[in-house]
Amino acid sequence: MSDSSLFIVLIAMVGGAIRVSTPFMFVALGECLTEKSGRINLGLEGNLVLGAMVAYAGSYTTGSPWLGVLFAGLSGLVLGAMHGYICKLPKVNDIAVGIAFMSFGTGLAFFFGKPYIQPTAPRLEAIPLGWWSSNPSIEQALQVNPLFLVGIALAVFMSWALANTRWGLIVRMTGDSAASARAMGVSIDLVRLLATAAGGFLSGIGGAFLSLYYPGSWNEGLSSGQGLMAVALVIFARWDPIRCVYAALLFGAAGAIGPSLQSVGISQGYYFFNAAPYILTLFIMIASARSKSAAREAPGELSIVK
Amino acid sequence: MNAVTPIAPAAALSGPALQTVGMTKVFGGFTALDDLSIDVKAGSFHALLGENGAGKSTLVKCIMGFYTPTKGSVLLDGQEKTIRSPRDARDLGIGMVYQQFTLVPCLTAAENLVISRADAPAIFDWKKEKPRLDEFMDKMPFRVRLNEQVSSLSAGEKQKLEILKLLYLEQRFMILDEPTSVLTPGEADEVLGLLGEMARRGEVTVLMISHKFREVKAFCDSFSVLRRGKLTGGGDAQAASVAEMSRMMIGDTEVRDRAERRKHNDTRAVLDLAGLCAEDSEGRTVVNALNLKVNAGEIVGIAGVSGNGQSALVELLAGQKEIKDGGIFIHGKPFEPKRKDFDRFKVFGLPEEPLKNATVPRMSVAENIAFRSYDKPPIASLGWWLPPGPMRKKAEELIDKYRVKTTSPDSPIESLSGGNVQRAVLARELSGDVDVLIVANPCFGLDFASVAEIRSQIMEQRNRGAAVLLVSEDLDEILELSDRVAVMSGGAINYVSPIDATDRNTIGQHMAGH
Repeated sequence: MSDSSLFIVLIAMVGGAIRVSTPFMFVALGECLTEKSGRINLGLEGNLVLGAMVAYAGSYTTGSPWLGVLFAGLSGLVLGAMHGYICKLPKVNDIAVGIAFMSFGTGLAFFFGKPYIQPTAPRLEAIPLGWWSSNPSIEQALQVNPLFLVGIALAVFMSWALANTRWGLIVRMTGDSAASARAMGVSIDLVRLLATAAGGFLSGIGGAFLSLYYPGSWNEGLSSGQGLMAVALVIFARWDPIRCVYAALLFGAAGAIGPSLQSVGISQGYYFFNAAPYILTLFIMIASARSKSAAREAPGELSIVK
Repeated sequence: MNAVTPIAPAAALSGPALQTVGMTKVFGGFTALDDLSIDVKAGSFHALLGENGAGKSTLVKCIMGFYTPTKGSVLLDGQEKTIRSPRDARDLGIGMVYQQFTLVPCLTAAENLVISRADAPAIFDWKKEKPRLDEFMDKMPFRVRLNEQVSSLSAGEKQKLEILKLLYLEQRFMILDEPTSVLTPGEADEVLGLLGEMARRGEVTVLMISHKFREVKAFCDSFSVLRRGKLTGGGDAQAASVAEMSRMMIGDTEVRDRAERRKHNDTRAVLDLAGLCAEDSEGRTVVNALNLKVNAGEIVGIAGVSGNGQSALVELLAGQKEIKDGGIFIHGKPFEPKRKDFDRFKVFGLPEEPLKNATVPRMSVAENIAFRSYDKPPIASLGWWLPPGPMRKKAEELIDKYRVKTTSPDSPIESLSGGNVQRAVLARELSGDVDVLIVANPCFGLDFASVAEIRSQIMEQRNRGAAVLLVSEDLDEILELSDRVAVMSGGAINYVSPIDATDRNTIGQHMAGH
């Protein structure tokens, strides 16, 4: 591989990281908030797929992709709120409910999404941040969707809010010690319901990115487990919103290895490289399960920690 | 919402008086509180005494608004108040320090204080909050590192922070639920002494649940005793004698005489712990190069503030935890905490919380009693077939001999009371020939009669020549039973002494790590 093609691969990976990471980032931030409150929502894959479908349908019907994004968020909010409500019932296991919601969300999306596979909906516009460069591959890579920037701003905001606002402290308190929260008169079920609903909202927006920007159409094979991987990513990021962004970028870059190698003519092992994010997930799960410091940073009330 | 609350000087507020009138609480068919009236005067340090299950927690939970009493009312400074939830109690200035900490471990001490305020601001301006917290701390009798994460504070600091939190919230009626169980004797005396002074100045009123007569005599000015949900006595804590108080607590229950300590000249070392090390699940060292020898016919008591590696040590010996380094030797031979070696070296144990650590709660009493012997004749035929007859017969014998109160050998062991679970475990562990006995907090949460019985059983095993390792958080228990005392601090033994060459103060200093 010559220097220039290495450069192209790297630039393509940066571009890929920016493009592919956004849905990871939104789902991971949503899950991070939910888990900080002491509950796990494994069903965010369902929110993601349903969000993708609703965004596409919304954008197609109203003609405005941003309205589609809002609808996607709202669909995720409803799914998240349902998860949060069901989990507050006695003796309900949040993991089992999450798996049910994964199937429920994707099932709903497939059922209502059939008529939207064919038509073309207006897509989200990207901001060309690469205008300063004359190199076309840099320009291509720096086509940044506004949602990517929103995601980063959101991560910064979340990390500030968790440390500096009453709500942030209440969420952390509920997630780390339900007994203390209860003794302080905080309604744990309500906090978790709201955190799960908000997490669902963010995942729905992540789905909108899939259907309205990249890959940019609605079909049933759109997500391929990104919602699930994002849940693993939260563990990898040790429940820190900023680290969620880094982890999402890493996953995005891993997902871009295959296509970017192909762009310089290397197509051996294409499918293998496409599987990179999944392999990465597996290794991250193994590594973080062994990591003792990860165990220390986990919110104390999570059912996987107890 | 007002972001800035002026913190009133400590002296401006005073501790209120609190009375309960005809307090009754019925759970299903069980009367936990029966027409109970207690009177806590303003500015007093009042002890609430009683055995486990006497109704102390039910009473304070009714005062705190966790339970709605079936009948009766609470008067605060003579006025009737309705308390429907902990929030109501908080608004009335009634606060409680629970046995389990209610601080949030991942937040700093300062964050814990600020978030507990009812009017906590939506956005914290730490530049403003910090000086105000410092100003508040300057007026307080004791100090806690505010910027430290609570999870890294010692148990004593956490307890102080709990009390500071009540003062910060201006809750001048304080309920303390066995506040000293996690403290060294020195820390306990410091905290109670300072609270006592504040009460005498009329700044706070304290209601303390306790079962330590020593503390009640040293710090309290009045007391009430509960038994089976009824008030059985009360009065001036300084005037009443310990014997009177304990009679009010236990009533006419017959308490077995303590077994005597027999003298003997057997000094063979039996159990030898050599450089034991262990880690917790998060990789922190909890037992750090621990060395200790226990001789035949000797009880070695391990004292220490809870959380200094005692439970890890017991888990190591019971085979529940992996030995990272070092070894265990019995009669000079290496011992591996596996079933085979337990049999070979005759090692038995009474772990703490027996229902959790020594039984399978939903299996029957008979099955639980057979855990040591189910794979040997007469219970097992051919080494694998367990006909129900012999197991039941042996269980019936032991239930009878150890006076385990159960409806039948077939009822699940979780349906038994705490004392009877412990007796069933004793029956299983002590019915055979015992060379080494490992005991951890054997009397925690038990009534007087059971405590006396279990301590006698342990003493009898010692007299029979067993090497006994007793791990206990109750210093009185250690002082009563042990031949030698060892103090555990920071995962290692830092002090060993024969019982008659030491005293409570010396032990207490070593418990604090000095």
